[in-house]
Amino acid sequence: MTQVLKAVTTAGALALMMSSAALAVTLNLGNGGEPGSLDPHKVSGDWENRIVSEYLEGLVTEDAQAKAVAGQAESWTISDDGLVYTFKIRGDAMWSDNVPVTAQNWVDAFQRLFDPKTASEYAYLQYPIKNSSKIAAGEITDFSQLGVKAVDDKTLEITLEAATPYFLDALAHYTAFPIRKDLIEKFGDQWTQPENIVGNGPYKIVEWVPGSYLRGVKSDTYYGKADLKIDEIRWDNTEDLTAALNRYRAGELDILTDFPADQYKFLQDNYPGQAHVAPFLGIYYYVLNQSKPPLDNINIRKALSISVLRDVIGPDVLGTGELPAYGWVPPGTGNYEGTPYAPDWAEMPYDQRVEEAKKLMAEAGYGPDKPLKLQLRYNTNENHQRIAVAISDMWKQIGVEVELFNAETAVHYDALRAGDFNVGRAGWLLDYDDASNTLDLLKTGTKGTDGTINWGNNYGRYSDPKFDELMTAASSELDLVKRAGQMHEAEKIAMDAFAAIPIYWYVSKNVVSPKITGFEDNAKDIHRVRWMTKSE
Amino acid sequence: MLGYALRRVLTAIPIVLITITVCFFILRLAPGGPFDGERALPPDQLRNLRAYYHLDEPLIMQFFGYIAGVFRGDFGPSMVMKDFNVSRLIGIGLPFTLMLGFSAFVVGTLGGMIAGAVAAVNQNRWPDYLLVAIVLVGIIIPNFLMANLVQLFFGVYLKWLPVGGYQPGSLIHLVLPIFILALPHGGRVARLVRGSMIEVLGTNYVRTAKSKGLGTRLILARHALKPALLPVVSYLGPGLSYLLTGSLVVEQVFSLPGIGKYFITAALNRDYGLVLGTTILYVFIILALNLLVDILYAWLDPKVRYR
Repeated sequence: MTQVLKAVTTAGALALMMSSAALAVTLNLGNGGEPGSLDPHKVSGDWENRIVSEYLEGLVTEDAQAKAVAGQAESWTISDDGLVYTFKIRGDAMWSDNVPVTAQNWVDAFQRLFDPKTASEYAYLQYPIKNSSKIAAGEITDFSQLGVKAVDDKTLEITLEAATPYFLDALAHYTAFPIRKDLIEKFGDQWTQPENIVGNGPYKIVEWVPGSYLRGVKSDTYYGKADLKIDEIRWDNTEDLTAALNRYRAGELDILTDFPADQYKFLQDNYPGQAHVAPFLGIYYYVLNQSKPPLDNINIRKALSISVLRDVIGPDVLGTGELPAYGWVPPGTGNYEGTPYAPDWAEMPYDQRVEEAKKLMAEAGYGPDKPLKLQLRYNTNENHQRIAVAISDMWKQIGVEVELFNAETAVHYDALRAGDFNVGRAGWLLDYDDASNTLDLLKTGTKGTDGTINWGNNYGRYSDPKFDELMTAASSELDLVKRAGQMHEAEKIAMDAFAAIPIYWYVSKNVVSPKITGFEDNAKDIHRVRWMTKSE
Repeated sequence: MLGYALRRVLTAIPIVLITITVCFFILRLAPGGPFDGERALPPDQLRNLRAYYHLDEPLIMQFFGYIAGVFRGDFGPSMVMKDFNVSRLIGIGLPFTLMLGFSAFVVGTLGGMIAGAVAAVNQNRWPDYLLVAIVLVGIIIPNFLMANLVQLFFGVYLKWLPVGGYQPGSLIHLVLPIFILALPHGGRVARLVRGSMIEVLGTNYVRTAKSKGLGTRLILARHALKPALLPVVSYLGPGLSYLLTGSLVVEQVFSLPGIGKYFITAALNRDYGLVLGTTILYVFIILALNLLVDILYAWLDPKVRYR
C-alpha cells in the first residue's frame, strides 16, 4: 500500500513538474550575432547587451521606452555642483546565489573596469568618473583614488571629474554593472560559464551552446520577480537574416532584431504590423578627408554634400524608409532642446542644388574637361554598396568621377584612421542619449607625448577652434538649456563647414510577433524582456 | 607497409609547420587589426588591449610563443569569443562538425551510389533523366540558397521539420542540415557511379553475363558494382574532407554549434588565435584524410609503396 502511495505521489509530482514546464512561457529571441562574452567588461555588441542586461542590472536600468529608471538603486541624490552622486541600493537586491548586493560590488566593478590589465574596450564610457582615465592609462596605480566609494553596504558614492548631464544614462550601460569579485577570483576567466555565473538581474543564465543559443530562466532572487511575465528566454544566434526570417515565419522565433531590408514590403503585406521600423539614435555619413587636397576646399565639400539627394536613399535605395539627414545630431536625442539644424539648401529644388554644385566645382577649377577624381571607400556590405553606387551616380552629374573601393571592416577602418582615403563611409550609433556623443566625433584630436595627433573617431580630421571651445564649455555646463544652445551652435559651425556629409538617420528594424506585448519602439532600440508578455 | 605509413606521417609534419608559419605572418602583415572596428579606441585602451594579447611584443617572439603553445596543446585566446580559449572552442565545436560531416557523408554516399546505379541501369529513360536533373540541381544550386528553399518548403509551408536552431539530442533538428550538406556530395557520387557503371555495363564480360541469361540484379551485384565503384573510392577522401571543412554555410544558416563558422568570423575580425587554430585543424583534417586514402591505396596496391 505504501509503495502504491509512493508511486502515485511520485507520478503526481512528475505530472505537476511536466505541466508547469509545459506552461512555462519562453521568449524565443532571434538575437543576431554570437556573443563573444558575457563579461560586462568585455562585451561590445548590442547582441551581447541583450543578454548581459538580463542577467545583470545596474544602479539604474531602462524602462520599456529605454529611459533610465531606478534599478538596483532605489533612490539617489546629486550634489548641487553636479559632481557627487549618492545611491541608495535596494534592501532586497540579491545575487542569484542568495548573497546580498552591496555597494562594494560597484567599487570592485569600476576598479576592474579601469584596471589596465582588464583591457576593457568600452571603459572610456565611464571616464566622467574621477581619476578613471588616469587609472586606465596607468598614471594612477592606487585604485582607492577612483571616484567610487562604498559609504556603507547599501550606500554608494560616485564622484565625477566634471558635471556630466548624461551620467545617469551612462550608468544604465553594461560597463556600469556590478560584479562579484569573489567569484571572478575563484573561477578566473571561467566565471561567465553557466555552471559558475551569478547575476543580480531578472534572469539567470543556465545554458550556453557556443555558436547556437543561450538560455536564461527567471531568477528567484530578483526583487521584481513577481512582475516578470516571461519565464524563460532563449537567445538564438541568427546571423543569417533570411534564415532567421524563415524561422520567424515558421513560428520558431517570437522576435527578430533585424531583417533583410528587401523583405520589408513582403512583411508589410503579409505580416501587417509585425515589422517595426523606428527612428534610432544613429547617423550614417560620409567622411571627407580634409587633411589634404582636394577636400580641404570647402567649395568642393559643399558641392559634394548638396548634390546628394538624400530623400531617395531610405525609401528607394534601402527600402526601409530611413529619414534624410542634414544635421549631425539625431532627432530625439536627449539634452538637446531647440530647433534642429536645417541648412537653407535642403529646401532648394534638387535641380537648383545640382546647378549650384556645378558652379562651386567650376570655382574650384573642376568641370567637364577636368573632372574631379575621388576614391569612395566603404566596408563590404550590400547596403553600403547600393548607397555608394547611387551617390557616385549623383556626383557624376557635377563632374566627379568616383572610384568605388570596398574592403572588409578591419581594413576599411584601418585606412580611415590612417587618413588613407578621400571619401569614406562611416556610421555612429549613440552609446548614451546625449548630443555630445555624436558632436564629439568632430572635435580636434589630442596631441600625444610623441607629438602625433590622435584623431580618434574624427576620421575626416575636421578641426575648428571655435567648435572645440563650445564643446569644451558644454561638457561641464550644468544649465541644460544653455548647454544645448552651445552644442547647437557647435553643430551649426561644423555643418556649415561641411565637416562631413550626413546621409540618413538610422532606423531600428525589429519583427515582433502579435503574441508579444510590451515591446515598445524607442530611439535606443533597447527592449528589456522584463516589460514583455507573451500569449499563446 | 608500416614504414610507408611512417614516411607519410613524417612528411606531413613540415607541411603543418610551414602552414602555421605562413598563416601566422600573413595574418599579422595583413592590413587591419583585431581592434580596428567601427570605433576608434582611446590610445590607452588600445595599449592595454595589445598588452593583454601580447601583441606589443616583437613579432618573432610572438611567433615562437605561439609555436610553443601549440606544442603544449594551447592555441591561445580568442579575441572575438573572449570567454573561451581557442582549444576550448575547438573542443566544443569539432565533435558537432565531425558528427554533421560524417552523417552527411554516409547519407550522401549511399544516396549517391543508389541514384547513380539506378540512373545507369535506366540510361536514357525517364528515371535516368529525373535523377540526372536532381543531381544537377543538387550540385549547381549554392547550398545557402538550397537551404533557404528547403526551410521554406519543409518548415514554413508544410511545417514538417524545424526550420533551424539546435536542440541537444533532437535528431529532427538535424534532418535539413544533413540533407543540405549531403546533397552536393551525393550528386557528385551519383555522377561518378552513373558514368563508370554505364562504362562497365558496356564491357564484354557484362554482355557475356547477359547472354548467359543472368538477371540484371545479379549482374550488377556480382560483376558491375565493384569495378564501377573504383573512381568513387578515390573521390571519398576529398569528398569527406570537403564535408568536414565546408559546413560553414550550413552551420550559419541553421544556427548550429559547429566549428565551421568560427573560421570566417575570426578571419574578418582578425582574431589571430582563432584563425590559426581553425586553419591548423583544417590542415590536419585534410592531411589525415589524404594520408588515410594513400595508405589504403598502398595497402590495395603494393606497387604504390615502392614508388
